[in-house]
Amino acid sequence: MAISFELNGKEVSADVEPDTPLLWVLRDHFKLTGTKFGCGIAQCGACTVHLNGLTRRSCITPISQVDGGTVTTIEGVSGEEARAIQDAWVALDVPQCGFCQSGQVMSATALLREIPKPTDENIDQAMAGNICRCATYVRIRKAIHRASDSMEG
Amino acid sequence: MKRIVIAIGCAALVSLGLCLKIGTAIAADSEAAKAQTLQSPEDFANIRDESKRSVAMFNEMGKVLTHPRCVSCHPRGDSPLQGMDLHKHEPPIVRGAGGMGAPGMRCSTCHGDDNVAFSTEEGSIPGHPGWRLAPKSMAWEGKSLGEICRQLKDQDRSHMTLEELQKHNATDGLVGWGWHPGEGRIPVPGTQKIFGELTQAWIDTGAVCPEG
Repeated sequence: MAISFELNGKEVSADVEPDTPLLWVLRDHFKLTGTKFGCGIAQCGACTVHLNGLTRRSCITPISQVDGGTVTTIEGVSGEEARAIQDAWVALDVPQCGFCQSGQVMSATALLREIPKPTDENIDQAMAGNICRCATYVRIRKAIHRASDSMEG
Repeated sequence: MKRIVIAIGCAALVSLGLCLKIGTAIAADSEAAKAQTLQSPEDFANIRDESKRSVAMFNEMGKVLTHPRCVSCHPRGDSPLQGMDLHKHEPPIVRGAGGMGAPGMRCSTCHGDDNVAFSTEEGSIPGHPGWRLAPKSMAWEGKSLGEICRQLKDQDRSHMTLEELQKHNATDGLVGWGWHPGEGRIPVPGTQKIFGELTQAWIDTGAVCPEG
């Protein structure tokens, strides 16, 4: 079954079974391996992408639910918030092993798009589903504040 | 993940015996829930007193109203619950605007339009297009059936008239999910059709609430 959607700004199509997880399609079909497989049951957040502008765990998203939609992965995320997050991540050396970080960045970027000046509580609520086994949570929170401070407005 | 959490919890309790007892109790509750049925209004025809019949039918509706599939999203706090033991939702998520979660992590971050079977293990993640928490004014967690009943009828607290409530119970898709919760979850007893008929019959007999 051919599923068509916008992926990182380009119209794409994939001929796959409708229940194939979006994560499988991203990694195996389109070779976009920045999005990671962590748990496979929407518990860790490593597979987070943006679907129609909102965070979405790609490991439990059947590709049939993506048909006609817009998907952004870590390879394609852009704009002021994404740049600010990337700069802050580099400045504070946020990642340790790095496996969860693409999911962290996708959730953090989505947060700043909706709440440009988030409180600690906003950050904790938005990031609660992104687990980091290196426990970089303190740097993540600090980096989100730094990204927020660096943005205009 | 759930197995890991249970294992860690059990280790913390030190006593393996206690864990086994808890596990057995949860399993017994689940078996009891599976065996539940839902009687239809006709099954109450032999109760001649209309008020008593009304109460009896609401008590029957209570099998649905207080079922974990329904109470999970009618919590008294700001987080949904999970499982037959109504433990706190993992990953942590808050009510947020409209009961749909917080910016950056909404219900829809994980819950799609349908139940989705996991690709790598048994079980599924539940889904429905309207996935969200019930309004806080409709919190049922920890309340008696009488309290839930009076809450439903109180127009200062309820956002629905009794007519709207009947329609909600009989036809709402998210309510209906309770009978089709996906692999790994025990459905609420009976059918949505019977639940709707019970609600109508309860209203027609005066919508009398149980005491307590």
